[in-house]
Amino acid sequence: MSAVTTDRQDERLQSRDGWRGAITDVVERARGGDLGVIPVVVGLIVIWSVFQALNPIFLSSANLVNLTLESAAVGVIALGIVCVLLVGQIDLSVGSVSGLSGAVLAVLFVGQGLPVWVAILASVLMGAVIGWLYGQLFNRFGVPSFVITLAGLLAFLGLQLYVLGTKGSINLPFDSALVNFAQLDFVPAPLSYAFAVIASAWLFLSGYLHAQARRKAGLSAKGLSTLVVRSVALLAVLAFVVWYLGQTRGVGWMFVFFVALVLIMHYLLSRTKWGRSVYAVGGNVEAARRAGIDVKAVFTSVFVLCSTFAAVGGIMAAARLAAANQSSGAGDVNLNAIAAAVIGGTSLFGGRGTAFGALLGIIVIQSISSGLTLLNLDSSIRFVVTGAVLLLAVVVDSVSRRSRTSHGRA
Amino acid sequence: MTVLSLRGINKTFGAVAALTDIELDVAAGQVVAVVGDNGAGKSTLVKILSGVHPPDSGTITFEGRQVEIPTPAAAHKLGIATVFQDLALCENLDVIQNLFLGQEIRPLRLNDVAMETRSWELLRQLSAKIPSVRVPVAALSGGQRQTVAIARSLLGDPKVIILDEPTAALGVAQTAEVLNLVERLRENGLGVIMISHNMADVKAVADTVAVLRLGRNNGVFAVDQVSTEDIIAAITGATDNVVSRRNQRGQQ
Repeated sequence: MSAVTTDRQDERLQSRDGWRGAITDVVERARGGDLGVIPVVVGLIVIWSVFQALNPIFLSSANLVNLTLESAAVGVIALGIVCVLLVGQIDLSVGSVSGLSGAVLAVLFVGQGLPVWVAILASVLMGAVIGWLYGQLFNRFGVPSFVITLAGLLAFLGLQLYVLGTKGSINLPFDSALVNFAQLDFVPAPLSYAFAVIASAWLFLSGYLHAQARRKAGLSAKGLSTLVVRSVALLAVLAFVVWYLGQTRGVGWMFVFFVALVLIMHYLLSRTKWGRSVYAVGGNVEAARRAGIDVKAVFTSVFVLCSTFAAVGGIMAAARLAAANQSSGAGDVNLNAIAAAVIGGTSLFGGRGTAFGALLGIIVIQSISSGLTLLNLDSSIRFVVTGAVLLLAVVVDSVSRRSRTSHGRA
Repeated sequence: MTVLSLRGINKTFGAVAALTDIELDVAAGQVVAVVGDNGAGKSTLVKILSGVHPPDSGTITFEGRQVEIPTPAAAHKLGIATVFQDLALCENLDVIQNLFLGQEIRPLRLNDVAMETRSWELLRQLSAKIPSVRVPVAALSGGQRQTVAIARSLLGDPKVIILDEPTAALGVAQTAEVLNLVERLRENGLGVIMISHNMADVKAVADTVAVLRLGRNNGVFAVDQVSTEDIIAAITGATDNVVSRRNQRGQQ
C-alpha cells in the first residue's frame, strides 16, 4: 500500500495485515475476553470426539443427517431467543408457545379441515400476537420480562391442553406437504452443490465490492488474496458437508429453511438500522433513548419476533413428528433453545451475540442429545448433561464479560 | 451576533421555583460558562434548552426567531445539541456506531463506508486523538469518550452546543484535551454553553461567565475582567464566604 489510508494514520496503530495479523487479532481478542465462536468450536470438537469414541455411528452420515433435521425446529426457536437476549431480556415461554402453535395448526388443519397454509398462517399470527402482548405488558407496566413470560409459560401450556381437547394428540396426515417437507424432502445433490457455490461466490463478491468502496473512499480494505482464501475455505467446508451428508439422504429442506432464516436474521441484525438499535438497547437503554431510538418499539419488535419464531419452530416440530400432542414443546425445548443461544455466544447481559450463534449452539445441544440417545441413556441423564452444559456456557459468558471489562472491551 | 437568547424564563417544580426570570445570551463563536452552586438551577436550565422540560413562562429566541422547544428532537432540529454529563454512549458499540446511533445512513442497508468517512472527518475537525473508530467505546479513555460524545452532537450541524460538566470526571491531560476541543468549537463558529464547577476551566476557555444563584441570575461577567474571587462571591452570594475564609486561612 503506497499512501496511508484515512483510518490508519494514527501512529499508535499497529499494522495487522494479512494472515498473521488476522491470527494475532483473534488471539488478542480471546485474551481480552472477546471469545467469539471459539468456545463453541472447541466444545463441538470435544463433544464429537467423545461420542465418536464411545459409539462409531455418531459421526456417520445417516446420524448427522438426522442431527440437522432434529436441530432445525429448536434452532428456529433459539434464533428468537437470540433476539430477546440481545436487548437484555428473556422469553421463558417459547416452549409453550411452540407447543400451542403446533396444537393450533393440528386442530385447524386436521380437526377443521382448513387448507394447510391457512393453518400455518394462523399459528404464526398467533405467535406474533403473543409477542405483541408481551411487548405491551413490558412497555406499559414495566414488569420484568422473565415474570411475564413465566406466566405465559403456564398460561399457554394450559391453552395448548385446552385446544388439543380430551384426545390429547392429533396426528397430521403423512401425505401432507408439511410432513413431507419436514421428513422426506431433501435438496437434490446438484442443487446443494449449487447452493455451496452461490454462498461462497456471494461471500467473495460482497467482500470485493465492499473493499472496492472502502478503497475508493480512502479507507483501508481487505486484500484480494484474503477475500479469495476466505471464499475458497467456505466453499471447501460447504462442499464437504454437502458431500458427506449426501452419502445417505443429503441436506433436508427443513434445515435449509432454518439456515435461510439465520442468514436473514444475520442481515437484519448487522446491516440495518433496526439491528443497530437492538444492540444499542441491549448495551445502554438510556443512551439509545437519548439518541432518538424508539426503545419501546424495539422491545415490542423483539418480543414479537421471538414468539413468532417460537410458533414457526412449533409448526416445524409438529411436522417433523407428524403429530401435535400434550408433550409438544414441553420438557427441555425451552431450555434447549435458551442454551443454544447462550452456547452460541449470545450474552445474557444483552448487547452481544449473533444470529449464527443460534446455528452453532443448537448443533452443540443436538449433538449431546443425539450422542446420549445413541448410547441408550435415557432422558434423565440427557437433562442433567444439557443442564451442565448450559451452566458451563453461562459461566463462560460471565467470566469473559468480566475479562472484557478489565481489558476495556465490554 | 446573538444566536440564542433567553428572556424571563421561569420554571417551578411543585412549590419550588427552580428558575426565576433567567436571562442568557449566547453569540456565535462565544463560550458562555454557566456556573453556580448545587441547586442553583444549572441542570434545569440545560434541560429546558435541550427540550427535556418545557419552561413555564418566558421566551427563547433562536437566530432571531422566537421558538419553543417541547422535545429533545425539536432541540436537535433547531440546532441545539447537548452533551450530557453521563455522555450516553453504548459501550458495546464501536465509535462509528455510537456517532451515528439513531441517524444511520441508509437504514435498510447500512452504508458503513460513508459513515466511517464522515466519522473521520468529524474527528479530524476536532483534532481528536482516537486511534481507531472500530474499537468499542468501552476501550476508550474518559477524554476520548467525551470527544466521541461531542463529535456525535456535531453530526446535525448544530449552531449551539451545550456541554454539561465536560471535565468533571477527567484527569489533568484529558481535561486539557477537552478544553482544546471547546476552543476548536468556538473557532468553528459555534455558540458554546459550558456548565462547570471548575473555576480554572472557566477562566481558561470561557468568554463570559453567567452566575446562577438559587434559581436567579446573579451577574454576567466578561472573564478577562473578573477575578475568580468575584465569581465565587457571586456564586455564594457573599464576599465573606466559606471559600474566601478558607483561602485567608491558607495565607496566614
